[in-house]
Amino acid sequence: MLKRLFIFLTLILTALVFSDLALNYSEHTELSKLAQHYAAQGPRELGAANLVTSVVVTYRGLDTLGEVTVLFISAAGVGLLLRRREGQDADEPPRKPASEIVQTAAQLLMPMVFLFGVYVFVNGHLTPGGGFQGGAIIASGVLLLLLALPHAQVSHRLLMLTESLSGFSYVLIGVLGIVLAGGFLDNRIMPLGDFGTLFSAGAIPIIYIFVGLKVGSELSAVLDRFR
Amino acid sequence: MTSLPVSTYVLATGLALILVGLWGMLTQKNIIRMIIGFSLIDTGIHMVMIAIGYVTGRTAPIIDAAVSISDAAQRVVDPVPSALVLTAIVIGLGVTAVMLAYAVSIHRARKSLSIDDCSESKW
Repeated sequence: MLKRLFIFLTLILTALVFSDLALNYSEHTELSKLAQHYAAQGPRELGAANLVTSVVVTYRGLDTLGEVTVLFISAAGVGLLLRRREGQDADEPPRKPASEIVQTAAQLLMPMVFLFGVYVFVNGHLTPGGGFQGGAIIASGVLLLLLALPHAQVSHRLLMLTESLSGFSYVLIGVLGIVLAGGFLDNRIMPLGDFGTLFSAGAIPIIYIFVGLKVGSELSAVLDRFR
Repeated sequence: MTSLPVSTYVLATGLALILVGLWGMLTQKNIIRMIIGFSLIDTGIHMVMIAIGYVTGRTAPIIDAAVSISDAAQRVVDPVPSALVLTAIVIGLGVTAVMLAYAVSIHRARKSLSIDDCSESKW
């Protein structure tokens, strides 16, 4: 009974915390000064058509580096918690093979899913999407593979190699920004190119390719641990 | 009756999700359900952030045929909350993955998903 009272009180207090936000909310009619700058100067300064990408990769690139690090640590944590001991597979019940429909669909769809993931992260500076979204799509392709072929061996060496190489290259590009341009993770180390084309926005597509590969391989490793 | 602006509904739904998720985390005994409660709070916060970033009558912060560079500052919504939510989604995913990994190893050790079976650390 007391416990229920406390839960009720906690909920009421949380609602009170947010009540000011909810009751006095009025929709903005203008951008804040910071957003104004990003929207007005961002396209000229960085050459990215997707303003969210220019904020994520360049203006707040350090946040994104932290985000990639958090994802890496959580993937490492999952790997540590769910590590397989020798001979553990033997006492698990044998897995049922997937139906023929799933297997055929997986063979047909896998290349397309991977291609779509690559498309999403290569075009991250032009259209909605980017490294994280593309990486998640690639990992969903790996999930399809794991569903269709429960006994498939995922090459951890390949995943580890992709992941560490792309993570290293990401930081290296960031450091190149200090040497060649305005600061850490500055995308103007390469020519900005024609606005709105694939080869534009300086280093943003390169950074997003590395982020996409890193996220894709990390999430694939996590999915493989959970099966 | 004047109709409320559209972002109000997103904001209200987000706040409701936060409360539902918190209620779920506090009352449920099953670890998986507690994790679902966490995910609801997470999603609710994302919705609140997106609602706050909305500017009346504007469009997505992407420059294309519909929005030119010169009038971007007058036509697009705030890109900063969108970028922060992108970060928050990825972090939420990482946290959920670690929580589920703990749930799996608790289930391996005790063959149960009830939080009542993990009573050693209870005060």
